[in-house]
Amino acid sequence: MTAYARRVGIVLWKDLLVERRSKESLNALFFFGLLLLFLFQFSLGPDRARLESALPGMLWLGFVLAGLLGLGRSFLAERENDCWEGLVLTAGDKSAIYLGKLAANVCVMGAVELVILVLFGLFFDVDLGRAAAGLAVILPLGTLGLAAVGTLFAAVTAQVRARELLFPVLLLPVQVPVLLATVSATQVALAGQPLGDAGPWLRLLAGADLVYLIIGLLTFEFVLEG
Amino acid sequence: MARPVVIRALGWLAVLALLAGLGMAFGYAPREAIQGNVQRIMYVHVPAVLTAYLAFGLVLVGSVGYLATSRVGWDRLAASAAELGVLFTGITIASGSIWGKPTWGTWWTWDARLTSTAILFLVYVGYLLLRGLVDEPERRGRFAAVVGIVGAANIPIVHFSVKWWRALHQPSTILGPEPSPIAAPIAAALLVNWVAFTLLFAYLLARRIEIARLEEAVMGGALRAR
Repeated sequence: MTAYARRVGIVLWKDLLVERRSKESLNALFFFGLLLLFLFQFSLGPDRARLESALPGMLWLGFVLAGLLGLGRSFLAERENDCWEGLVLTAGDKSAIYLGKLAANVCVMGAVELVILVLFGLFFDVDLGRAAAGLAVILPLGTLGLAAVGTLFAAVTAQVRARELLFPVLLLPVQVPVLLATVSATQVALAGQPLGDAGPWLRLLAGADLVYLIIGLLTFEFVLEG
Repeated sequence: MARPVVIRALGWLAVLALLAGLGMAFGYAPREAIQGNVQRIMYVHVPAVLTAYLAFGLVLVGSVGYLATSRVGWDRLAASAAELGVLFTGITIASGSIWGKPTWGTWWTWDARLTSTAILFLVYVGYLLLRGLVDEPERRGRFAAVVGIVGAANIPIVHFSVKWWRALHQPSTILGPEPSPIAAPIAAALLVNWVAFTLLFAYLLARRIEIARLEEAVMGGALRAR
């Protein structure tokens, strides 16, 4: 068990270190998130009432789109310099690699989401203070759901032609429940209502996360074999 | 492996059952009191959706079977069932749309059942796209199996999320919560058509699996040894 946890930690540490040194994903994703906020504003117009009702959806659409770009890249680095063979040859349960990759993805996406969230509050004049407690629950749950399937599918599409196209086409329909649940729960949180009002959605989200996580752990070795 | 004569017999049986179903739908079942003749589209719509669910269930069975045993027969089953599932989901959506126009006054509405059927359609279209993009049969089988398992596990999650999503916005006005009691002749016609569709599905599935086998033989039989 400790060896397993150590392997998870090593993959996580490796990915975060690569990201810290290259800042390949983070820099571009911050900027991409900012760009999305502008695009939303332009496409919806200045009408405050309309904007307000669309805010939770816009926020999560921003997360999902940034997540698509970030997650889709998470296995591309492994294609270079025979890293993939290194992963395949690693001793022990391959699901540890999945967990490490997933943890790294959640960290990177979480950082991007926090920045987008702050910018979102700034540009659209949203009071994030009263929603903070709710978002502190919704954000990790939603990110985990997105990343759990995203990491698995990214490992698949990294080995396939037309991966830029295939990754969103595979991931987005599967993520509809996560999007519905997070948007609905965020709506509750932004309105300043207690989080209990979104209880069913959060339970659904947690259940979905669990299902995705278990499938990822069980099937990852078949994807990695290459 | 079913023998050709059995498959052919299955095909004729399906033809007979479909003719009987057609006869019952138009000749035996009475005209529905409120909707009139339009309601008869139900005899295509409901069997199609039941067949689609059967097909997606078989995709799951084939996917798990393939990952567990690496026997190519399971992969053929999953691939063939997925194609037919998409076909029958397409028939469901199209017939539902044609039914919806005169009765609800619209081709499409974001009703819970419509939405989850559409999402199902998109998930398995992605599955087929993935299959089309991987040339090496053994990898194609593994990757597709992983996506097939995620897709099937997601069906109940999609179902509940979409149901609640609609419930939050507006109560179900079109499809009432209480199923109205169905008159016996209508139920009988529905049953015959359901059996006919299932026979048709079984015939097409057997044919499609046969074609997959021939395809592989033509491609060089690289998988024969498995």
